[in-house]
Amino acid sequence: MFPPVQDLYRIAPEIVLCLFGMLVMLIDPFVPAGRQRSMGWLAFAGTLGAFASLRWMFVNPGSAYSGLLRADTFSLFVHGIVIAVAALAILGSFDYLDHEGIQRGEYYALILFATAGMGILAGANELVTAFVGLEISSISTYILAGFRRNALKSNEASLKYFLLGSFATAFFLYGTALTYGATRSTRFEVIDQAIAANGSGALLIIGLGLIFVGLGFKVVAAPFQIYTPDVYEGAPTPVTAVLACGPKAAAFAVMVRVFYGAFGHASHIWFWAIWVSAVLTMCIGNFAAIVQSNVKRLLAYSSIAHAGYILVAFAAASEIGVAAVLFYLAAYAAMTLGAFLILAYVGGTEERRLDIADYAGLGTRQPWVAACFSLFLFSLLGLPATAGFLGKFYSFSAAIDQRLVWLVVIASINSVIGSYYYLKVVVAMYFWEPNKEWTPSPMHAPMFIALLLTALGTIYLGILPDRVMQWAITSAQSLH
Amino acid sequence: MVPISYYVILSGVLFGLGVIGFVFKRNIITIFMSIELMLNAVNLAFVAFSREFNQLDGLVFVFFVIVVAAAEAAVGLAIAMVIARNRKSLNVEDVDLLKF
Repeated sequence: MFPPVQDLYRIAPEIVLCLFGMLVMLIDPFVPAGRQRSMGWLAFAGTLGAFASLRWMFVNPGSAYSGLLRADTFSLFVHGIVIAVAALAILGSFDYLDHEGIQRGEYYALILFATAGMGILAGANELVTAFVGLEISSISTYILAGFRRNALKSNEASLKYFLLGSFATAFFLYGTALTYGATRSTRFEVIDQAIAANGSGALLIIGLGLIFVGLGFKVVAAPFQIYTPDVYEGAPTPVTAVLACGPKAAAFAVMVRVFYGAFGHASHIWFWAIWVSAVLTMCIGNFAAIVQSNVKRLLAYSSIAHAGYILVAFAAASEIGVAAVLFYLAAYAAMTLGAFLILAYVGGTEERRLDIADYAGLGTRQPWVAACFSLFLFSLLGLPATAGFLGKFYSFSAAIDQRLVWLVVIASINSVIGSYYYLKVVVAMYFWEPNKEWTPSPMHAPMFIALLLTALGTIYLGILPDRVMQWAITSAQSLH
Repeated sequence: MVPISYYVILSGVLFGLGVIGFVFKRNIITIFMSIELMLNAVNLAFVAFSREFNQLDGLVFVFFVIVVAAAEAAVGLAIAMVIARNRKSLNVEDVDLLKF
């Protein structure tokens, strides 16, 4: 007995990504040394193919594989984000891998596999399916974090990511088991009905708590954020760019489905957990970022702070709240990816130039790179007419609608604190005297295109947000 | 027949032991084994609930967990190998280049 062919259309992006990933692995051994870059282009073609195959998903909405996955607008939106992140990260990786001497096909294949896992997460409508998607994306990214095999920092990042990531997955899984024990099912709609009918017992509450721990790790919510700065600093910079955007978007997507869809009737239980976690995440991220002198670590803390702003929208628990989460994820992906790609470019061989002092004088030496970086930093800061501003605006106004005044007050204070460390980098670029002589490395076409697209995305979402926001609202409505 | 609560409590104890091992052990391989213990606690819970409800679902989930645990082991041991080769040590306290 075969599942209907529509089911294949509903997972078309994952099929395309996995096929191209396997193709890259198969062809890679036969590619002559020094031409490995062609595997990157093949992988890039795979991401474009996955983009095209979203069309099949779009014309065949509904649930697939007897309800394990859902192909709805929500899933489509998150697919769009994670595939775009993968495509741009591949473009930004070529030069980096060349000068680190790790230009290998597996790298690109792993990015494709990780993206396929994130795609499954975006569509998962059942806890064990979510677990499988989570692990496909996590296991691939564990390897990617340690891809600079001979760099001790990269080894360490990989180890920490692996140990804490698997620890978190075990929590998620135990929560799944207890939820199964309490409701006799792992499907979101059945769990929802069971809670509506029987209320929530002790087993279910413990299960929900454990699932929150597991997903909290993946979305980098405090107090489960401890691994983030180390992993983001140690991983190869283009990989950090993926880690900061892709898995986070996918994990937020599954969190929306689990908390609103499956545990919607238990919202009085998880609301305060999310509220406290949002406050902690914002404060820890922003205060720790102030004292950083390494730009990569600074951006890692900034990504923690941004997870906090997304949790503010999440706490609103309304349709507009979900739409704000989605819009923020798109805006965040554009500006964070761009910022990390700039780090990959300026960092140079063996990531030697990552200190704030190394950015001194960038404004006069490479005005375009500096302008681009400033744009991303201003957007992360939340200056009007950038994506980051509207992301925060939608997020905070969704929370205000639900009368979460204190949460928004704390969030606003945090964004003011945040402006200090973003501006510090901008000031260094334009007003500090360069501390040492160095010749800027040439920028090649792929990196240029990746930066151009992320910059355009940041401006587009900041000036003309209506279309994307409208789409995000449709996505939020498609959840039911 | 042994009541279901016995199995669930046993799996809770196993999971707790895994967490304790993860937090207090210092050898990478031992920490990794603690995570495996946690996953096996999950399997026990799935199987117990599955028998209680007379459903096959829980048993199927166990296979997923086993497969994923195997994949995780392959990657985890490879990472431990690289660390051991580059640092000549498997103690997590020696892995301290990035400040925590």
